[in-house]
Amino acid sequence: MGDFLSQFGALFAEYPVASAFWVNIQLTFWAAIFSLLLGTVLALMRISPIASLQWAGAAYVNILRNTPLTVIMTFLFLAVWTQLQITLSDDFAQNFFRFGVVGLTVYHAAFVCEAIRSGVNTVPLGQAEAARAIGLSFLPAARLIILPQAFRGAIAPLGNTLIALLKNSTVAVAVSVSTETSTLMREMIESNANYIYAIFMIFAIGFAVLVIPIGLLTTYLSNRLAVRR
Amino acid sequence: MSSQHSVLFDAPGPRARRRIAVGNIVGALIVLGIAALVVAELARKGQFAASLWEPIFTSNAWQNYFIPGLQNTLRAAGFAIVGAVVFGLIFGSGRLARVRVVRWLSGVVVEFFRAVPVLLMMVFFWLLFGFNRISDDPAFLAVVLALILYNGSVIAELVRAGVGNLPKGQSEAGLAVGLTGGQVLRSIQLPQALIAMLPALVSQLVVVLKDTALGQIITYNELLRAAQIFGNGNSNNLQTLTVAALVFIVINWALTAVARWLSRYLSGRTSGVTAAGPGIGNPTAVAGGGPGRPGNAVAATGDPSAT
Repeated sequence: MGDFLSQFGALFAEYPVASAFWVNIQLTFWAAIFSLLLGTVLALMRISPIASLQWAGAAYVNILRNTPLTVIMTFLFLAVWTQLQITLSDDFAQNFFRFGVVGLTVYHAAFVCEAIRSGVNTVPLGQAEAARAIGLSFLPAARLIILPQAFRGAIAPLGNTLIALLKNSTVAVAVSVSTETSTLMREMIESNANYIYAIFMIFAIGFAVLVIPIGLLTTYLSNRLAVRR
Repeated sequence: MSSQHSVLFDAPGPRARRRIAVGNIVGALIVLGIAALVVAELARKGQFAASLWEPIFTSNAWQNYFIPGLQNTLRAAGFAIVGAVVFGLIFGSGRLARVRVVRWLSGVVVEFFRAVPVLLMMVFFWLLFGFNRISDDPAFLAVVLALILYNGSVIAELVRAGVGNLPKGQSEAGLAVGLTGGQVLRSIQLPQALIAMLPALVSQLVVVLKDTALGQIITYNELLRAAQIFGNGNSNNLQTLTVAALVFIVINWALTAVARWLSRYLSGRTSGVTAAGPGIGNPTAVAGGGPGRPGNAVAATGDPSAT
């Protein structure tokens, strides 16, 4: 047993497990920021009274959320980078990392948009009617009455999207981000097949440690901030 | 959105209508402008050349690549969703069991498989089956098994949320007529919860179908990989991958429409909450809507009638 543990310890000294997780966290961080921005713009388009913007937002969401992320990533790698020869950075690794962020962003922005929109939909019509009845015009009603309730309603779906984003950051391997966890796990298992269960458990537990606190935090926040109706 | 009341906007008056009309034209111009830029750039790079598109519209492309790929995609998705429903029913009821150990164990299993990325599970099973020579097609088994474990855990949560969202009076009435706790779960709560979760289940099928494309990474010959091989051979990856993406979009869009229709159609058939899932990760357990008020809960997971 002690022998097993020491060999196992040597395995982790040999491979950069922590930095592989760090790559996934970085991918998630940038993609979360950009998809929050893009998703908010899309949500504004979809809830605006302007038909052409509504249509464009709906088209974006329906196309991107129904396309597998792996297809988006492969498309970025083979079509955009290889075939159209568009590069995002002169540095090879940095280029693929940025493509990974782009792929994660365009995919998850569709879900961020729907999360925000579902938050707006949790606000009962009576709230808006009451706001107008006491004489608030559009901006004050939105700022004081509707949006604060809408953001609270959007916390849970946004948290779910963030969790999905963190897990999906492993798919960046399809756009050749070769330093992230799924690639490293594969390398480690291929050269140390006798430790296959232990290696998988380390990576799985690593993700559980990252994912479960996000889940607990969003559940806590959405319950604490929930509008009791 | 003109046909329904919006919580943010009043019915517009004449001045607002003029402003909306102007905004509509400006918005349309911006959207068309962006589209035109993309098309112009693609044309500049010669991506509309007939030689790049012609190979796609040959019988070779469909008979040897797209159709077999799609068959493999659907085969994996079919096995995965059936397995996931079984897994979800077992562990979902497990989480509702009266014995604490069963509840706790089911909880650990479900939370674990929901937290691990599907791709990691696929790579693990693929290498494991490959080393042990368990099957001729370890990639297929790995895709199906990973999808079963992840989506089964999600469905287990759907079962739990479905039962939790039933009005309390349902179980109380069952207990009042003398049924035991287990009988109440089996003959009163689960049947209603299962009907209530059908729309979310169809939405989960979209997730399963999308995730089969992960099989490409572990060399499972599904639609994406077939398209990629075909595209590499003809140096027209942009065009073939576009076709593959369109196939996925059409199927998933149709499934999403079915889920939305089901959530409206079934809302009168159960005292539970019928809401379609978001099509990503784990559907949010309906919060705030409160049991017995389906109208509110539909709003909580997104207006199913709006596209």
